[in-house]
Amino acid sequence: MNDILSGIQAAFWLIVTLDADLIEITLRSLQVSLSALVIASVLALPFGTWLAVRRFRYRRATIATLNALMGLPPVVVGLIVYLLLSRSGPFGVLGLLFTPTAMIIAQVIIITPLIASIAHQAMRELWAEYHDLLISLNTTKRQRIMTLIWDGRRALLTAGLAGFGRAIGEVGAIMIVGGNIDHATRVLTTAIALETGKGDFELALGLGFVLIALALLVNFGIHSLSKTEREGRW
Amino acid sequence: MTHSMSVSLHKMHVKRRGKSILGPIDLELAPTGFTMVLGPNGAGKTTLLKVLHGIERVSSGSVQWSVSGAQAQQEQAYVFQSPIMLRRSVSQNLAYPLQISGISKAEITGRVETWLDRIGLSNMAERPATRLSGGERQKLALGRALIRDPQVLFLDEPCANLDGRSTREIEALLLNTLHTGTRIIMTTHDIGQARRLASDVVFLLNGELHEQGRATEFFDEPKTPEAKAFLNGDIVE
Repeated sequence: MNDILSGIQAAFWLIVTLDADLIEITLRSLQVSLSALVIASVLALPFGTWLAVRRFRYRRATIATLNALMGLPPVVVGLIVYLLLSRSGPFGVLGLLFTPTAMIIAQVIIITPLIASIAHQAMRELWAEYHDLLISLNTTKRQRIMTLIWDGRRALLTAGLAGFGRAIGEVGAIMIVGGNIDHATRVLTTAIALETGKGDFELALGLGFVLIALALLVNFGIHSLSKTEREGRW
Repeated sequence: MTHSMSVSLHKMHVKRRGKSILGPIDLELAPTGFTMVLGPNGAGKTTLLKVLHGIERVSSGSVQWSVSGAQAQQEQAYVFQSPIMLRRSVSQNLAYPLQISGISKAEITGRVETWLDRIGLSNMAERPATRLSGGERQKLALGRALIRDPQVLFLDEPCANLDGRSTREIEALLLNTLHTGTRIIMTTHDIGQARRLASDVVFLLNGELHEQGRATEFFDEPKTPEAKAFLNGDIVE
């Protein structure tokens, strides 16, 4: 119990004194996870919606695969991205290993199936509701997808936030591809893992509370920007 | 109206899982008028409307509009039995069919205003459509169907579950539409409404075309005992 109390205390002081390292680590965490979120959303939201609208031969298999990929183990993703980006790997020449870019790539791979799958679930219901009208109005496939994305934007937001939650709290993959290098690729989660390993529970807990606060802050921020839960049910 | 559309069904048959839902039907509909599709539940009224609109697959036979298929669908509008409200405001619902046909913003604004006024929803233009009452939804769905000036309007029981006043408002809108030259094909369970509006009648029973003719003749002297019983309010099976 003492450890936790002193952890809260440490977190408090770290924030109040605007600890330079803390700010750097926090901003990098945000930079990596938000970049991954934006890239993954651009890929996953239209794809999830397209899956809801389109009927094709391997649709069921695609959806099943997508759902299975939601549970992709980050460590394995990290390992594969590591092998791809390492000097001897196919993309070694790019020199991306142990950079924030590598961490973003790994996180995109982890959260894209998650966002696409949740988006697909939400869009499937909306499509069932809109189907007859949009068919009757003779809309093109593109118009259907755009309409669903726009009218289902709040459900898609939830999908995005779930992806962000997974990304910001993820440690296995970014530890492997980022390497937890001070002032280069250290983020909140990898720093916590390191401090715990060193036995500095105060600092680890302090960073942990900052991480939780950050996740809450981003969620509240996005919700208030998009006015969810304000204008009725949609 | 630049041209009119007539339609003919030839041995049109709709089957689902081996069961016959509707047909085989041979039917000719003139390019003008107000056709009322009557019949008990499950007679195939909705299926017939959807087949005519081209959104229901036909198992055999043909549906032939006097213009090409793509053009026919472009110039038709369909109001579904339970109105589908887009999760947007009332005026955005009205604007939607215009937006997807690529009409300029200025013109959309003007036409939306006109139609808000015609359907009597001007004072709730910015309200979410999903919060409207049943009658308001039905009027909005009708306005949204008419805003593209369709040549053919399909209505699937537009006044089911509506009170007298809403029904009267909708009927007035429909007669107005008819007088501007739009062809209307509609289903109803309300015989009184059918008498008030119809110029001709298609009577379906158990998925088959039982009787078709001018409204006055059908209502005054139905040819078949089933139609007579139906008009008398007896239960027809």
